[in-house]
Amino acid sequence: MENPIIEVKNLSKKFGNFEAVKDVSFTVHKGDVFGFLGPNGAGKSTTIRCLMSLIKPNSGSIAIFGKDIAAHRQEILSNVGSIIEKPDFYKYLSAEKNLEIFARISGVRVEKKEIQEMLAFVGLDGRGKDKIGGFSHGMKQRLGIAQTLLHKPDLIILDEPTTGLDPQGIIEVRNLILRLKTEQQKTVVLSSHQLSEIEIIANRMVIINKGRSVIEGSVEELVNQQELLLQIDIDNVEKAILDLKTEYPTLEVKHLHGTIIELPVEKEMVPVINAFLVNKSHQVNGLEPKRKLEDFFMKIVQA
Amino acid sequence: MLLKNTYNEFIKIIAKPRSYIGLAALTALIFIILFAMKADGTSYISFVTSSFEQSLSFNGNILNGNLIAFIILQMLIVHIPLLIALVTGDLISGEAAMGTIRMLATKPISRTNIVLSKFIAGAVYTLILTLWLAFLALVVVKFLFGTGDMIVLNSDGLVILQESDVLWRYACSFVIAFLALLTVSSLSICLSAFAENSIGPIVSTMAIIILFTIIGSLDVSVFDTIKPYLFTTHMASWRILFEDPVDFGAVGQSVIILIVHNIILVGIAVIKFNKKDITS
Repeated sequence: MENPIIEVKNLSKKFGNFEAVKDVSFTVHKGDVFGFLGPNGAGKSTTIRCLMSLIKPNSGSIAIFGKDIAAHRQEILSNVGSIIEKPDFYKYLSAEKNLEIFARISGVRVEKKEIQEMLAFVGLDGRGKDKIGGFSHGMKQRLGIAQTLLHKPDLIILDEPTTGLDPQGIIEVRNLILRLKTEQQKTVVLSSHQLSEIEIIANRMVIINKGRSVIEGSVEELVNQQELLLQIDIDNVEKAILDLKTEYPTLEVKHLHGTIIELPVEKEMVPVINAFLVNKSHQVNGLEPKRKLEDFFMKIVQA
Repeated sequence: MLLKNTYNEFIKIIAKPRSYIGLAALTALIFIILFAMKADGTSYISFVTSSFEQSLSFNGNILNGNLIAFIILQMLIVHIPLLIALVTGDLISGEAAMGTIRMLATKPISRTNIVLSKFIAGAVYTLILTLWLAFLALVVVKFLFGTGDMIVLNSDGLVILQESDVLWRYACSFVIAFLALLTVSSLSICLSAFAENSIGPIVSTMAIIILFTIIGSLDVSVFDTIKPYLFTTHMASWRILFEDPVDFGAVGQSVIILIVHNIILVGIAVIKFNKKDITS
């Protein structure tokens, strides 16, 4: 792939004796909506804070737009919009005034009209004069996105942008992020602890757990894999395993628990396996195909 | 970028209700003093002049605007630091508590400029408070109590200053008062860089002022070496200007020590804030 927008290599960060991030590496390319996936406490926010130079890593390198963040901090940040953790604003100021303040230190002169347009883009038209103190979490989240866009950056970094939102708010924010890619051709880095969210929005992703990057690749490759973990609830477990191993010697069939057996299969093989077992006079009580990544991610989360 | 963020800091200070507490409290305190002077100022003055009445005769308007301005300055210079710290102690730590420090620190402005813009905004707020104090103490008080020659009781005895010899002394006094209050502002901003909440730096600033003032007033030789370097020692240096003759060397030394304090405190705040991991 061309044009890496972010290149993180062997990033590590310690807080006292606690190693929050260990040897994390990943690459974000131009035009990506890049998912940064991991359970709570995995090190996502610490990594993102390192990207935005809020905290200094102990080792490793971060290059954004091909430049080292430590050496070119201001130049890089002038082309990055971000919401870290949650958007916090000056409660005693109006939405417009808050946007004015953040635009001013982003180095751009923003006309009132542009602020109105941006508020309309995020669905807050008519609320510009209202003080932030009266805004809901969802409204602050949308205002946060407006704040990231005002200075027209090429890269947007959003840390858990749907956390704490109601279902309607989640859909609105997701749609907004998708519009950033389709309408404004932005590169977006999005952290989340929900695989389903990354699956819907992102085209590439990295999974991070216990401070380490576990797997990186395109969402299509990782999520929509043809290979599934098929769990079958069957009457005679031992006989079913024997029959399957005899017919399909390459299959790794194992007894999961109780009356459940598990085997990795390709998507097209699911009905074939089912038909085979029925033909062998087995009583198939249930058949649940699980994606390997989902299972993998759940194991990470549960661990 | 420094100027742009300083402008932002003004907007924030102006919009915060707590910024007006200082002005309101100052106004209320001065009017309480004026009321007291109007009601019973003569006995207050006779208490001061009684010890000299055997050898001196006091005629004319002794309880005039010039003397009351001096009393106001003497009374309030101890209390105004709290009003200053209330606003400036919140400038960095308040943003940490609100979470806006994250937003601020991810913008293309250096952390040094963030601290400097807050220091400048704090300095302007301090200046406004000092000018308001000067306006009330000189203009309003003189309007209410008239003017005249000024008597000042200091450690050397009674000093009588001609009416025409007073204004420049006040002008210089308010410059020193401003520098002293600016040091309080810098101290609270410095402490603010170490904290994640607003209360800590405000309380710590006052605790340091109280501690230094107590050390300064204790007549114990062990503290003699440090007393000249405590900024609280120089907060009352404006009084030197009401001696005759004025010890300009002592005034200059106080000015230098206060400026050095400001530089060191802002320097510490800049270094701390630059090294700080923003995890709030």
